[in-house]
Amino acid sequence: MNRIELQAIADKEIERQQELKCRVLCCASTACLSSGGQEVRKALQDELKAAGLTKDVQVVATGCKGLCSRGPVVEVTGPAQERVLYANVTAEAAQQIVRQHLVGGQPVNDYRLDADSPFFTKQVRVVLSNSGIVDPERIEDYIARQGYAALGHALREMTPEEVCLAIRRSGLRGRGGAGYATGLKWDLVRKADGRDKYVIANGDEGDPGAYMDRTLMESDPHRVLEGMALAGYAVGAEQGFLYVRGEYPLAVKRLERAIKAAERQGVLGSRIFDSNFNFRVDIRIGAGAFVCGEETALMSSIMGRRGEPRPRPPYPAQSGLWNSPTLINNVETFGNIAPIILNGPEWYAAMGTEKSKGTKIFALTGNVNNTGLIEVPMGITLREIVFEIGGGIPDGRTFKAAQTGGPSGGCIPAEYLDTPVDYESLTALGSMMGSGGLIVMDDQTSMVDVAKFYMEFCMDESCGKCVPCRVGTAQMHRLLSRLIAGEASAADLATLEELCRMVKALSLCGLGQSAPNPILSTLKYFRAEYEARLKSGAAHGAPSQEAA
Amino acid sequence: MSVNAPPRPKPETEHPSGDPRFKLIDRTLKRLQHRQDSLIEVLHTAQEAFGYLDDDVLIYAAQQLKLPLSWVYGVATFYHFFSLKPGGEHTCIVCLGTACYVKKSGEILAALEKEFGIKPGQTTADKKLSLAQARCVGSCGLAPVVVIDGGVHGREMANETVARVRAALAHVAAPAAGEPAA
Ligand SMILES: Cc1cc2nc3c(=O)[nH]c(=O)nc-3n(C[C@H](O)[C@H](O)[C@H](O)COP(=O)(O)O)c2cc1C
Repeated sequence: MNRIELQAIADKEIERQQELKCRVLCCASTACLSSGGQEVRKALQDELKAAGLTKDVQVVATGCKGLCSRGPVVEVTGPAQERVLYANVTAEAAQQIVRQHLVGGQPVNDYRLDADSPFFTKQVRVVLSNSGIVDPERIEDYIARQGYAALGHALREMTPEEVCLAIRRSGLRGRGGAGYATGLKWDLVRKADGRDKYVIANGDEGDPGAYMDRTLMESDPHRVLEGMALAGYAVGAEQGFLYVRGEYPLAVKRLERAIKAAERQGVLGSRIFDSNFNFRVDIRIGAGAFVCGEETALMSSIMGRRGEPRPRPPYPAQSGLWNSPTLINNVETFGNIAPIILNGPEWYAAMGTEKSKGTKIFALTGNVNNTGLIEVPMGITLREIVFEIGGGIPDGRTFKAAQTGGPSGGCIPAEYLDTPVDYESLTALGSMMGSGGLIVMDDQTSMVDVAKFYMEFCMDESCGKCVPCRVGTAQMHRLLSRLIAGEASAADLATLEELCRMVKALSLCGLGQSAPNPILSTLKYFRAEYEARLKSGAAHGAPSQEAA
Repeated sequence: MSVNAPPRPKPETEHPSGDPRFKLIDRTLKRLQHRQDSLIEVLHTAQEAFGYLDDDVLIYAAQQLKLPLSWVYGVATFYHFFSLKPGGEHTCIVCLGTACYVKKSGEILAALEKEFGIKPGQTTADKKLSLAQARCVGSCGLAPVVVIDGGVHGREMANETVARVRAALAHVAAPAAGEPAA
């Protein structure tokens, strides 16, 4: 493969698509499939056959369009065709779409979705630019949308150092939670001594309430692979591992196919783009342990061992897989790389806030009208996300809090709805950006229950290696249970707060260090709810039997 | 212990039982060149073939990879995916991820527990049904979500789920069957 051949593949695919009268894009991601997407696709195909349109109209199984709550979602698009989106499509609706719209030229208004609604117009799709548009199982479709052009360009025109510099200048920060500067990390690995180096994509996505990485891997697997290959070139690694959560079989299947197709086309494997650069990617399937998302635990798991974290330093950049320098980034982080190389770091850095550049994908869920997957520029306010993109709170209820950062994050109350969403602002509020779960809670939600929910999660998922986390989470959970049962005294609440501080300060890895955050943030903003649950009288300083 | 040992030659011995499912394990062992760091993948294959990991399988994996049995046991028990007990003929997993929790999936679980008399992690006495809870199945846009025999069902109500599970147990088509996740 060289760049001329790549362009030829792209041209041929674009020509093929232009010759069609139109294409019907059907979301085939997990969410739409489970609301009947497969039947809809079959109905479309059958009806097109009956209408004799199979030559002019192509039905494409694509990835996610984001509006999961209104699935299955179908889009009609073509060279001389207004783009029309349909939601909640059933098999009968599919037949009607073929007869009335594709044959008759009249869109079916009953199922039509307003493409100019804020859900779509407020989003900026960079990482998800292909999601819902390309067929994830056809590499040609990806190549037709400039796929692998960034890799071809970098291998020919840029040194590894220049690739690292471009990523640094873009201001991209890690999307896995902590927000470490990606370019700096790449440079560390590039400069580290070691014959063998490795690149790992972290697709473990353990946060409950989050499915950004799943969607990216299912919808545009080549984007992740291209980002990994660019990273391999930049840091000097020839082997990559994609660690995918065991709960994501469809993502694994699509990634496996994508790797095979990329190797066949010579954009992965040996002598990529006729250069001296070789890069192979292997998939490793997780076996269900939240802590394995933590980088040192993940590496341990790739090496077939118990997924227990170890103290850092040494950081993976110095000593990672098999003691070799290892670059580990989140899947979404890798999804940003090809666009940065193609469009330049300045283009990227023009989006977002001063310290948080680019866009972020969120899984918008919970008590909000439009649940689904959204990509927004950094710096957008929570209010815009919840009330414009999300369409507000259903059932006439009111907004109480937004939870970000999963079990490591916190709850943000209504008075901070106008906070810009970026790494620093969310941390300042006692929450964090996290990987991108954003769960909206209405006024019926009890914050103490939510805190207990997360603590139960952390207690179960604590790997047990260090005492503060193993014992601390269990004790905090016990205290919360007593509180909810109305058996806790004011002294118990004080103990809970002390435990929070202790576990945060003393735990070995991020799991324990951040486990108290849901309690601390709900205590900060909703303390009255805790006090209302105290054993009667205890809230007003009445002596309690256990307190003695 | 060196987990980064060079590929080892394939041991001559096959599993004495002649159970063809061990052949699947052998295939994975061969593909990964009997490397000790392929243990998790070997266990994945074994669990898929047998449905769970019994002592015999763990011992076989230990022998083939030349790892201490305690090491293999330690890994097998660390991960939620691996089960050392056989499951029921059908499984129903209730997602208790945050989005599902906020949408009250706990009530679904409670209804199932009441209806079938088992708790998450347990199997009915007739070995027909196993009940499980999940941390998050990543279908949060459809919360609350249950997974019955691999099929994902979104926006569930407790009585609906109970009916679906009953239908699965009776082998009749469940209402509006979801798509298998794989
Ligand atoms: C308990 C715990 C769980 C984590 N889970 C994930 C995860 O699921 N996905 C992820 O990308 N990073 C996760 N991380 C963060 C990783 O350790 C690591 O920082 C990240 O993969 C680096 O990639 P980035 O720089 O691109 O963000 C987790 C960290 C901790 C402490």
